[in-house]
This record gives sequence, structure tokens and C-alpha cells, in this order.
Amino acid sequence: MTVAASHLLEVEDLHVEFGQGRDTASVLNGVGYHVDEGETLAVLGESGSGKSVTAQTVMGILDTPPGRITGGSVRFRGEELLGADPERRRMLRGESMAMIFQDALSALNPVYSVGFQIAEQFRFRRGMSRKDAMARAAEMLDLVRIPNAKQRVREYPHQFSGGMRQRAMIAMSLALDPELLIADEPTTALDVTVQAQIMELLDELRRERGMGLILITHDLGVVAEVADRIAVMYAGRIVEHTDAATLYAHPGHPYTRGLMDSVPRVDDVAGAALRPIPGLPPSLSAIPPGCPFHPRCAHAEDVCAAEVPLLRELGGDHQAACHFAERFVAEDPDRPTTHEVVSR
Amino acid sequence: MSEPILQVRDLVKHFPVTRGVVFRRTIGHVRAVDGVSLDLHPGETLGVVGESGCGKSTLAQVLMRLTPPTSGTATFEGQDLFAKRGADLTAWRRDMQIVLQDPYTSLNPRKTVGDVVGEPFDIHPEVAPKGDRRRRVQELLEVVGLNPEHIRRYPHQFSGGQRQRIGIARALALRPKVIVCDEPVSALDVSIQAQVLNLLSDLQREFGLAYLFIAHDLGVVRHLCDRVAVMYLGSIVETGTAEEIYTRASHPYTQALLSSVPVPDPSLRGRREAIRLEGDVPSPADPPSGCRFRTRCPKAAPVCAEDPPALEVRDGTDHPAACHFAAPPHLVRAD
Amino acid sequence: MTEPLLAARPADTEPEPEPDAAEVSGLWTDAWRQLRRRPLFWVASVIILVLLVMAFFPSLFTSIDPRATDLAGSGSEPGPDAIFGRDLQGHDVFARAVYGAGPTLAVGVLATLGTVLVGALAGLLGGFRGGWQDSLLSRFAEIFAGLPFVLGGIVILTTFNPPGQPVPESRLIFQVVTTITVLSWPIAMRIMRAATITAKQQDYVKAARALGAGPLRIVFRHILPNTLAPVLVYATIQLGAFIGAEATLSFLGIGLKDPVVSWGVMIAESQDRVAQIPHAILFPAGFLVVTVLAFVMLGDAVRDALDPRGR
Repeated sequence: MTVAASHLLEVEDLHVEFGQGRDTASVLNGVGYHVDEGETLAVLGESGSGKSVTAQTVMGILDTPPGRITGGSVRFRGEELLGADPERRRMLRGESMAMIFQDALSALNPVYSVGFQIAEQFRFRRGMSRKDAMARAAEMLDLVRIPNAKQRVREYPHQFSGGMRQRAMIAMSLALDPELLIADEPTTALDVTVQAQIMELLDELRRERGMGLILITHDLGVVAEVADRIAVMYAGRIVEHTDAATLYAHPGHPYTRGLMDSVPRVDDVAGAALRPIPGLPPSLSAIPPGCPFHPRCAHAEDVCAAEVPLLRELGGDHQAACHFAERFVAEDPDRPTTHEVVSR
Repeated sequence: MSEPILQVRDLVKHFPVTRGVVFRRTIGHVRAVDGVSLDLHPGETLGVVGESGCGKSTLAQVLMRLTPPTSGTATFEGQDLFAKRGADLTAWRRDMQIVLQDPYTSLNPRKTVGDVVGEPFDIHPEVAPKGDRRRRVQELLEVVGLNPEHIRRYPHQFSGGQRQRIGIARALALRPKVIVCDEPVSALDVSIQAQVLNLLSDLQREFGLAYLFIAHDLGVVRHLCDRVAVMYLGSIVETGTAEEIYTRASHPYTQALLSSVPVPDPSLRGRREAIRLEGDVPSPADPPSGCRFRTRCPKAAPVCAEDPPALEVRDGTDHPAACHFAAPPHLVRAD
Repeated sequence: MTEPLLAARPADTEPEPEPDAAEVSGLWTDAWRQLRRRPLFWVASVIILVLLVMAFFPSLFTSIDPRATDLAGSGSEPGPDAIFGRDLQGHDVFARAVYGAGPTLAVGVLATLGTVLVGALAGLLGGFRGGWQDSLLSRFAEIFAGLPFVLGGIVILTTFNPPGQPVPESRLIFQVVTTITVLSWPIAMRIMRAATITAKQQDYVKAARALGAGPLRIVFRHILPNTLAPVLVYATIQLGAFIGAEATLSFLGIGLKDPVVSWGVMIAESQDRVAQIPHAILFPAGFLVVTVLAFVMLGDAVRDALDPRGR
């Protein structure tokens, strides 16, 4: 079943629609990415870019209806998942791939203790006794560095702080030792000091267990600190994909560059102007023809409105979906590539 | 420097914690704001940063007179803010307005944009004669970068960023002198957030506004603010100019906060000094004795548990910080 | 403060109003414009209009005396003589149904209005003011909510109407309406109170307070329009239930009684002979279903029209 050369997870040309008739929203329009064991792929995008829908499709938890998968392929270790037996997919979830969410409070059931919810997996998927499962749950809490795990295992979600809840969610998702973890905005709801703890924890766990990590986020800072490779999404497409260092130093897509110019940074020199991307992201039920980004792009030419730019190789495993990508990678005119570092 | 337009001294806001439905009894107090002093000068932006639960939003509510203070004073243009009543209070509201965080709940879904932005004129009819209002509303929409023809649309027909612009237009309608911005961009996407930040800068320049800018995003604050106050568990732990705070932070909390913010530059990975705080913020209902930060502080010493440090300038630093061991950050990191 | 917000603006950039932009616009005018376009609204309105005409001028629909009995024709099937047939007493079912519209609608509509007005007002007050006023109102409501309906009805109605004394029709209707209102308002209150508390916590209320809006403005401009939907749904469903409640009271002999006719009375009278004289119960029940449906449709249409997001 396992093909030696295949990636841990490979998504190819994924298409997903929502709604009917004139209101049909094309949420994914040919998304493809892959992730291997032990590496972190960051999927970067703003709301509505389709980054979460892709993850849900991979996990097989997309609500259909209203969603409709209209094409593409999702392969886990070479095994096609789209159209696979639902029972098989259910088995893969937790065992092989797991997901954590932004809102850990609503992802935990308030009426059961945290330990009970983690233990459930050991009881029902591993056939452990209640007592053994609770002991394993405590070990899991310990693994995610929750102090006094043995006592806290009996506490309820509301007794946990935001950061601890997210830790508990991570413990739950890692209980069955999955090979792939999808983290959907895991730190967006948390404070920066706690966010840093959680990101470090995820990074350590990934290294220790050699699992593949897909980090879905809108935060360019978080991405820069942990990602090996980055896929940038816009209007249901991957518009750029490369390793982290290349992406930040030589973005090949004007959208990527626009994002970077939009972020106010702590290490900015005072008075540095933000250069926002003008306009709004397109409505997914009326994506502009040609390049979906062209109405907001300062460099758009006639061809941009006419032809959809394909994601093409620019060399050095760097792909961008822009007709003029080479130009942007090469010149990078007035943009300071590195900001001054806070030091005196 | 000019006289402060808003002067806050030792402001305290405690919320009682109650139990029981029929017979309510108070079992404690949440010390949301616990002795905050600050000055806001005309035309400047004062950033108030802190993590959730530090009391920054409560501070905004109290200063907007949306909830009464427990103690402390505040003066607006020299007049006692908390003594204002009736017509005096209503008149003052024209001078100080607020922009709220959530663009989805801050606009009444059943009112048209024209009604939302025009409501200030209904409440303060003296500002604009009735026949003039429609034009004024359309001008306001244009000022914040919206199509003035969309006056009859409802909030749900706009995106988050556009809704935030509507909220700003409403705050701007009465030509206030001070606008309290309570996390105005934290619900917005990065590219839209930058648009709104630039709009706020432009409006400040055009109308000479003073902003009390409350945020948790240190990058946003750095970008917009002249001076910064860092809050932790209801108190200001460090204050100074943006330059002072961002390059020479002397309170360990501020230092940890700054080092926790991820910087969008992979070339700095592993080269920035990381101060990782342990654990979470303690409950404001039961704050630690002495210095409130001591439970998570890498520098904590016995004195910190007993003696709450004053917010003052100490040797070797050039701006006030509430730490017994305030000192400039370790120099260095990248080349 | 009256100079234009912007410095001189060239006249030619003055925006043209949208083509359909009338000077007046707002929730209610927009809602009405929306309502007018809904067939559901017109169907419901026509049915309700017909029922109202029937209630006020029953003689326009039938020339038969609803009290006239034809014992010989007791229980006779619908036919040319009596189009809906006759009941056990030999009353013309159609004529009784037509004459029953008035008292039935009076009880149903007035009881609904009473319940919703009292309940909504209490809920709005409790939810908005909070504190001891809310506690007091809520405890008070719980007392009434705890009374069993039938028992409460018997106690109230027999207290005011000692058995055996004839009571004028209008007074009886008023008493039944009051009884239902007194026993049902707590539910409307709870719905309204919950909706009010939700609306009160929204940021737009905070923004209005920051602008200096007074409590009346906040309640009527901001909270009320956002709390109407759940109360409307409740009201339209309750209308049918109240007509049924009236029938229950009549069946117990403490509600409307002869010579006053109501659909509830007709159903109550005929229910033990469903097998023998089904038409005597089917026709008033049919009237009842159509009426309730019409009000439910109307409530639905109004609720949708009041929600700009649904447009």
C-alpha cells in the first residue's frame, strides 16, 4: 500500500464549492501541496483564502453539504482518500492524522473532565480500561508540559486557562500518535507570551515524534519562526510556494509581497509606513477572470485580466502563480530585505 | 509639551464577584484596573498594550463613562470627568468617542449605514441641522474611504474592514478631540488591518485627533503610537516613548513580551533572544502580593513578594518602570 | 462645530444618490418595502382580512341563525340544507363556525397581544435594568409560571363569575383573555428577557451609550428591533394554543358558553362524538388550522422583513 517515493500527504488540484446556482462559491480552485515526515508546512492566507477548507477536506471533516468536493486528490502515504470508505477514513483520523483548532474552549466538551476526554480515545480505540486510560491521559498532559498533570487530569475545561486548553487539545490530538498533525490557527486566540510557548511546544513535539505538521495561519511572524516550507493561498489557490528563507527574501508574487508590506513589525524603525494592499479580497462567488489578484495588484497588465497564471517553477523549488514572477524575484527594488534588529 | 487633554490619576475599577441568584453575596473582587495614571496630550497617540485580562479594555470603558470607576480621578481639559452629569456629560461625549474592536457586533444589524453614522446627529441635534445630515453622513463615509452612495445599505453587506470604517465614521461624526480605539484592528486580516491603520493615521493628521490606542499587538502599537504604556494585571508596569519601550525596555515583562512577538523574518530565526515566560497570567481576582509579575518573572527575588515596586525611573534607565530590578535589555542578538 | 467636515469640496464630486434612494429609509420603511414583495404576506393578510370581516359582520356570510336548532336534523351530513351539516343539537355547523369567528379571534388575538405586551414589557425591563428589578420580576414571573393552567383558570374565573349567574358576552371574553394573559405572560417574558440581555451586551449598544444615547433611545432603537424576532415566533405559535386554551376553559364550563359560540366551544362540544358526527368537529377545526396558519405565515413574513440579513 505504501509507495516508497510518495509523500506523507499529498494534495493535488483540489476543488471545493459551496452553495448552488448563481450563489455557488468556488472556495478551492485547484489547491495542491505536500508534506513529509518531520517537516512543517505553513499554509498562509487571510480569511476566505480556503486554507481551513483545504485542511478539513484532508481530514475528511468538511460538511457536505453545503460543501462539495468537485475534483482533485488527497493521498496519505500514497493512499487515495477522496472517495475512500468512510470507515477507513474514520480509522485514519486520530491514528494517522489529527487536527487542532483555534478555539480550544469550544473544541472541548465542558461537561467532561479534560482527562476523561483524552482517555476516551485510549478506551475506544485502544481498548484500555478506564483506569489505564486515565493514567495514559495524565502522561499525555505531562507530555504537553501541563504542571501537576496527575491532579489536573480530573479538572474540567473551564478550570484551564486558554494556553492550557490548547495544550490539552494538543495532548488529545497526539494521543494515538498520528504521523500528521494539522494545526488550524492554533495560537490566534492566545496572548503572545502564551503563543510563543505553544509554538515551541508544537515544534518540539514535531521534532521528537518525526511527524509532519501543517500549520495554518494568517500570522507572517509565526510562519517565519517555525515553517520549513510555506504555501501562500489567495482566493482558493496556492499563489506561491517555497522555503521560508526564499519567500521572505524574494517573494515572487505581488500578493505575498503586499502581505509583508502590510505587517507592522515590533522591530520596525519608527515611522516606517505600511503599504497596504488596496481593495478587498474577491467574493468567492464572483472571482475575477484571469489572475484573481489582478484588481488589487499595482503591477497588473492586460494579460493578468485575461489569463489565469499557473503556479510555475521559478527554480530552486520556488513556485509562484504570477505572469511576472521572475521580475519580482529578481529585482525587489525599494523593499528593505532585512529590518533593523532591536539592538543598541 | 502642551497641557494634557486627558489626565488620569490612580484609577481603580473593581468588579464584585457574586454568588447566588436570589440572595447575591459578594465573594471577592476582580481588580480589573488597579491604580492607573496616564496623560494624553492633544494630537498624540498613546498606546496601551497588554495581554488579555490586563484591564486595558476596562480602562477604556471607565474613561468613556460607560461604567463607573471604583476610585481615582480623571480630568478632561481640566474638568473632572467623573463629576459630569446630565447635559454636561452629553456635551462632553462630543469630544471623546470610541471605536470598538468587533466590527460585527459594533454596528446594529437592523440599521442602515446612514442611520448608524447619522445617529450621533440624532443624539446631538445641535451639531448638524436636520436637512444637512444626509450630506454630512455621506461626507463622513467618503472621509473613511467608503462609497457615499452606500448610505442605505445594511452592515452585513460590508466586509469586516469596511464595517470598521463605518465604526470610525460614527466616532468621527461629532468631531471629537479624543478617540479611544479599543483593539480597532485586531479582528481584521493583515492586508485590511494596514488599510485601517493608515486611515487612522491620516485622520489624526487631518483632524488633529488624540488617540488612546488600546491593543495587544505590539507591532501595531509600535507603528502607530508616540508613547506607550504597558499593562499587566490592572497596572501600568512600564511607560515611555515608543522608542524607549521598543528599544530599551527595562521591565522584564515588557522584555519578555517583545521577545515573544514573532518577527516576520526567517533570517532572524534562532538569533533573537527568547525570554519565555512560564505559565499563564494569574487571575485578577486574586493577584499575587507585592509585584504582580513576580510569579512569572525570571528576575523575581524575595523583595518582590513583599514590596510592590513603584512606577519610576531607576538608575541605568531613562523612563519609568515598575520593577525593583529594572534594567536595559541585554544588548545584542543579531550581528 | 457646524462647518463642513471636509474643506471645500468641488461641487461636481458631490455624489449622486442611488437611483432608488428615497430620503426616508430605515428599518421600518425597508421592512415594509420588503413585505410588499412577499406573496406569503399577501396570502396571510387576505385570509386574516376575511376572518376579521367574518368576525365583525358574520351576517354577510350566512343568513342562518347559529342558535336555531333543528333536532330532527341532528348530526345530518353536509348537504344542500346545511352545507357543513348539523351538529348533535341540530345547529347549522357553517353558521356556527362563522359566528364563532368573532369570539374565537377576540380571545386568540387579544390573549396573544396581552401575553406578549405584558411579557415583553416585563422582559425588556428586567433584562435591560438587571439587578433587583430583574430579580423581582423574574421571581414574580416564576410564581405565575408555576400555577397549573387549568387550576389557575378555574380559580380566577369562578372567583369573578360565581356559577349560575349569567355574564355578558364581552365581559366573559375579557375575563377569559385576562385569565390566559395572567397565566401565560411569564414565558413571553423569559424569551424577551433573554433576547434583551443578549442585545444589551452587543457592542452597538456600547457605542450608542458612548455617543450619549439615553435609555429610551437604546431600548427602542437598538434593543427592541433586535429582540422582536423570537417574540414574534412565540406569539404566532401561541395564538393557536390560546384558542385551544379557550376551548379547554369552555369545556370545563368556566370559559365562553352558550349563547356565545366559539370554535373551541364547538370542538369541545363535539369531541366525544367524532366517530358519529365527524363534520361537526372537522369544520371548526379546519377554520382554526387556517387561522393559525395565516398568523404563523404573517409572523414569519414580518420576522424576515425585519431582518436585513435575509434580504
